[in-house]
Amino acid sequence: MKYLYFPGCSLKSTGKPYEESLLAVFSTLGTPLEELKDWNCCGATAYMAINEVKAFALSARNLALAEKQGGNNAVPHLVTPCSACYCLSLKTQNYLQQFPEIKRVVDTGLQAANLRYDGRLVVRHPLDVLVNDVGLDKVSSAVKRPLKGLKVACYYGCQIVRPFATFDSQWNPTTMDRLVEALGATPVDWPLKTRCCGGALTGTIREVGLRLGQLLLKEARKRGADMLITTCPLCQFDLECFQADMKGAFGEDVKMPVAYFTQLVGFSFGISEKQLGIERLFVSPELSKISVGG
Amino acid sequence: MSHDAASYEKSDRARHIDQGETPLVYKVRQWIKFQTELNPKFGDDVAHLAHGEKFWTCIQCGTCSSTCPVSHHMDFTPRKIIAMIREGFEEEALGSFTIWLCASCYACTVNCPKEIRITDVMYALKQRAIAKHVYPKRFPVPILAEEFYKNVARSGRNSEGRLMMNLSMRTNPFSLMKYARVGLGLLRTGRFSLKQEHVEHRGDIKALLDAIDRAQKEVRS
Repeated sequence: MKYLYFPGCSLKSTGKPYEESLLAVFSTLGTPLEELKDWNCCGATAYMAINEVKAFALSARNLALAEKQGGNNAVPHLVTPCSACYCLSLKTQNYLQQFPEIKRVVDTGLQAANLRYDGRLVVRHPLDVLVNDVGLDKVSSAVKRPLKGLKVACYYGCQIVRPFATFDSQWNPTTMDRLVEALGATPVDWPLKTRCCGGALTGTIREVGLRLGQLLLKEARKRGADMLITTCPLCQFDLECFQADMKGAFGEDVKMPVAYFTQLVGFSFGISEKQLGIERLFVSPELSKISVGG
Repeated sequence: MSHDAASYEKSDRARHIDQGETPLVYKVRQWIKFQTELNPKFGDDVAHLAHGEKFWTCIQCGTCSSTCPVSHHMDFTPRKIIAMIREGFEEEALGSFTIWLCASCYACTVNCPKEIRITDVMYALKQRAIAKHVYPKRFPVPILAEEFYKNVARSGRNSEGRLMMNLSMRTNPFSLMKYARVGLGLLRTGRFSLKQEHVEHRGDIKALLDAIDRAQKEVRS
C-alpha cells in the first residue's frame, strides 16, 4: 500500500517537531511516507467562514493531486497528521459525494486547473495508520526504551474524531491510549480527551482561548499525568506555548510538557531527541530522566 | 482590548449609532421587534447554506448548548440562535458574539438528536456576517478569516507568522506585546518564520478559484 503524506501549513512552521518525529517514526517502522507534490492549504476553518465551496475546492485539489501521484487506478492513502486538514479533507470527500451541486462547482474548478478527482483516495490520520495498519505488535517490538512509570494524558482534540472520522469513538477514543500502553507507559483516565483546546481563539478572543486550554491542563495534572500528548499542531501550540500566559491570566501554574504522540513513540524507539524535535518544545518532557526508572 | 459578550454588545451599539441610529431607538429595538423588521426568508437561507432542511426539525432540546464548550461565554446559546434564525431575527443572529466564539469542534453536530449540522449553521452565519460587514471595527475573528483567505488565494498556502503579524496590525498593533513571549519562544525553537510560503504552481490556484467564482456567479444568476 502506498502512503502519501499531506503535511499542511502548520507542520512546516509551528508544528515542525511533529513532521520531524512523524517521518522518523514511520521510516523506523519501514512504512515510508511520500510527500504530496505541490500540496496547498487544506481550506481550513477560517476559509470555511468566508466561502465554503472554495474551501472544498482547495481541499479537492489536494485530493486530486494525491490520486494523480498515486498512479492510475491505484488507491493511495493520504496520511494527514493535522487534525484540521484531516477533518476538512474528510468533509470535502463527504460533501462532494452527498451534494451533487457542490461537486459540480468544484469539478469545474478542478478542470480549470487540469485536475480530476474520482473519490477513490482514502484519507487517513497517522494515529489510525500506526495502530490499525502497522499494528501494536510491530510497534511494541520496535520499542527499545520502554516508558515504564510514565503517566500520559492522551489528548485527541476535536476534529480528529468528529464528525467524519470512523476509526474511533467520537467522545471516548482509545486508539492513542492503546498505543501508549504498547510503549510501556500508562495512559491516565480522564474525561477531556476530545474537548476543544480553544482552536484559533488564543489568537483572537484570547481570554476564552486561554481558559479552554487551562482547563485541559488542570485536569490532566489533577489526574496525575506527567505529560500530555496530542495529535494536532494547533492543540499542541495552544496547550504548550501559552502556559505562561495562562498562569498570568488565571494565577494558577499549569506547567506541563505537551508533546506530539509521534515524539513519544519515537523516543521509545530509541530515536535521538534531536531527530524528534524534542528540543523544539517550550517545556522539556525530560524523557531521559523519567525512563531511567524503567 | 479584551473581548467578551458585554464588550461585544457595546461595540455593536456603537456601530449602530455610527450608522445614524439614536441610542434610544437602539435601546427600544432590543426589547421590541416589529414583524416588519424580521426577515422571513432568513431561516430558509440559512438552512440552504448549512445543507439541510433538517434545520426546521429542531425541537429546542438544548443538547447543542449543553455540549458546547464555549456556550457560557456566548450572548445567545446555540439553541437560542437556532430559534432566532427560524423566526427571522437576522440582524440579531448576525450581530451576535456567539458566531465568533464557535471554534468548530463539532460537538453539537454529532450530538444533535435531529442531526442538524449546527457547526455548518455557525459557518453560514459567519459567511453572511462577513459578507455584510456586520461586526465591530477591528474585531479579530472575521479579520483573521479575511487575512487567511487572502493569503491562501494569493499563494496557495498559509504563512502562520505573517498571518499573526497581519492580524495584529489590522486589529490592535499593541496586541503584539501580548504575543511577544510566545513569538520569542517560537523563534528560539526554530518554529517561527515570516517567510511567505507558496505552492509551486500558483497559477493553478488562481485558475481553480477564478473558475469557482465564475461558477458561483452562474448559479446565483
